[in-house]
Amino acid sequence: MNMSRRLSKWEPRKPVPAEERQLTSAMIASLAAEGLPTVSAPFGQALAELANEQKNIVGLTADLAKYTDLHVFTQKHPERFYQMGMAEQLLFSAAAGMAKEGFIPFATTYAVFASRRAYDFICMAIAEDNLPVKIVCGLPGLTTGYGPSHQATEDVAIFRGMPNMTIVDPCDALDTAQAVPAIAAHNGPVYMRLLRGQVPSVLQDYDYKFELGKAKTLTEGNDVLIISSGFMTMRALEVANTLKADNISVSVLHTPTIKPLDTATILKECAKPGRLVVVAENHTEIGGLGEAVAMALMKNQVFPTLKQIALPDEFLDAGALPVLHDQYGISVDAMLTKIKIWLNK
Amino acid sequence: MNPETNQPISLARRAWNIRYKSVQMGAVQGQGYVGQALGISDVLAVSYFHALTLRPEDPEWEGRDRFLLSIGHYAIALYAALLEAQVLPEFELETYGTDNSRLPMSGMASYTPGMEITGGSLGHGLGIAVGMALGLKAKKSNSFVYNLMSDGELGEGSTWEAAMSGAHQKLDNLICIVDFNNQQADGPSTEMLSSEPLDKKWEAFGWFTQRIDGNDMDAVIEAFDNARNHEQAVPRVIICNTKMCKGIPFLEEREITHFVRVEADEWDKALNVLEEGKPA
Repeated sequence: MNMSRRLSKWEPRKPVPAEERQLTSAMIASLAAEGLPTVSAPFGQALAELANEQKNIVGLTADLAKYTDLHVFTQKHPERFYQMGMAEQLLFSAAAGMAKEGFIPFATTYAVFASRRAYDFICMAIAEDNLPVKIVCGLPGLTTGYGPSHQATEDVAIFRGMPNMTIVDPCDALDTAQAVPAIAAHNGPVYMRLLRGQVPSVLQDYDYKFELGKAKTLTEGNDVLIISSGFMTMRALEVANTLKADNISVSVLHTPTIKPLDTATILKECAKPGRLVVVAENHTEIGGLGEAVAMALMKNQVFPTLKQIALPDEFLDAGALPVLHDQYGISVDAMLTKIKIWLNK
Repeated sequence: MNPETNQPISLARRAWNIRYKSVQMGAVQGQGYVGQALGISDVLAVSYFHALTLRPEDPEWEGRDRFLLSIGHYAIALYAALLEAQVLPEFELETYGTDNSRLPMSGMASYTPGMEITGGSLGHGLGIAVGMALGLKAKKSNSFVYNLMSDGELGEGSTWEAAMSGAHQKLDNLICIVDFNNQQADGPSTEMLSSEPLDKKWEAFGWFTQRIDGNDMDAVIEAFDNARNHEQAVPRVIICNTKMCKGIPFLEEREITHFVRVEADEWDKALNVLEEGKPA
């Protein structure tokens, strides 16, 4: 089923009154929900701090320092910043070259450009040589209303197929800040999905610490288990809190490392009887966390009732981000509706 | 015809109309790439009202000249030109960037009549233009392919693959326009990854090369005429040095960035400034 609401391009549209307009949220996407505390540029801050101690960290970008929060690092360590220009293939080839000379490059761009344009260069120059290049990319999944050119809905699927690549999808500002030293310490390439700008912070309210390769239970419940990554974990926690009022108790298993997957924890959690298992991801339904979890379960003969909350296999519309999240089923409200239907409530 | 003067509408007035419509669309959203739009309006006026062969009522007419917008974020400017050319109806201006509009912030072929390709991911246009130029030649068509790209896109390797191919294939039906406004996301293009000396590069790649002031209407007209009438079997490039925010001095003087901030109360002010300089 195609979930686009788009009419034919040959059909003129009537303007709606100014007060009813839903505007495109373009590049400056905010995921901040009302009332959540936020942290400014957590990735840039954490990297700048880590670089104080670790002198071999360098930052590279392809004309998107300001838009990936790398400018915070650049201000603190200008001599270790390399502006490569609008040339993503060069960005990753050069990052590979610096890694071969003993540096730990953090290379930033948008997720679409790393995963689509530079794939071969990352694959052969970085991954095949298992070089410690950290690929940190803004606008993962559906985090802009700008349209398919900037919506990296299949980035995880693309990078999951690449040998040696570790994939990290942090939930919030706290997760992002803790992930930076962890991925720097990992001796190999890492792809990290970046939330940038004013990033909400929620995990401080849970007994949580980021560990590379580990899934963590944030909240316990007997009726539903949500396995999630990225900002979908934020949404899952809100779903869990909301459903308490309906006497539905929800467990949230945050899985910030998508590859390698923490199969042991996932199997253990999914084997607990009587729970609906829902995988929630900010990614196309193809090739992301949902399929990774499903395959792990099948291979190990664990068979819970499994549902997926993910983006459809199509090019998504341009438009206002909250509208698109509702339309494609990854908003809190859309999640609540689906989970209640799945539980027959 | 201009109903006010009963004369043909001048190119200067067309450019002014494109600027005005761009700012009107920016006002709808309270944001938009108006800096780029104001800079490229003169080039678009000459393209759509002097150079291009097209049928506004039939945007996909086989005999048209193709105009490719490689820089998807300039869509606001191209919509203004398409509105001015009556490819799009005037009333749709107010739908710019709103939910379910045919005029999304980034130009996409599947959304908008007259938008030949999907831009947004930069460095795609010239390669597609090479293919269309090859296709037109294979069909024995006399149509031209115009590709409007930005100086930032000169950083992408794909641009130079296409540049080499255009000359190799002797594509004399291909006209590339480079908007050199020396501005990209992180700062001035020449400080990010300099493409200078740019005219010498295109010449070395085998292109008939002109470099002009892209806000000098006479120079733009002459360059387009030269490009169309050049006799050698080589592709043509016009490097247009343009000024971001051209035509609105208080914005021209602002610290220019890739995404020029315009405060809520400044949209009307910008339109008023334009009104004062309205050509006949």
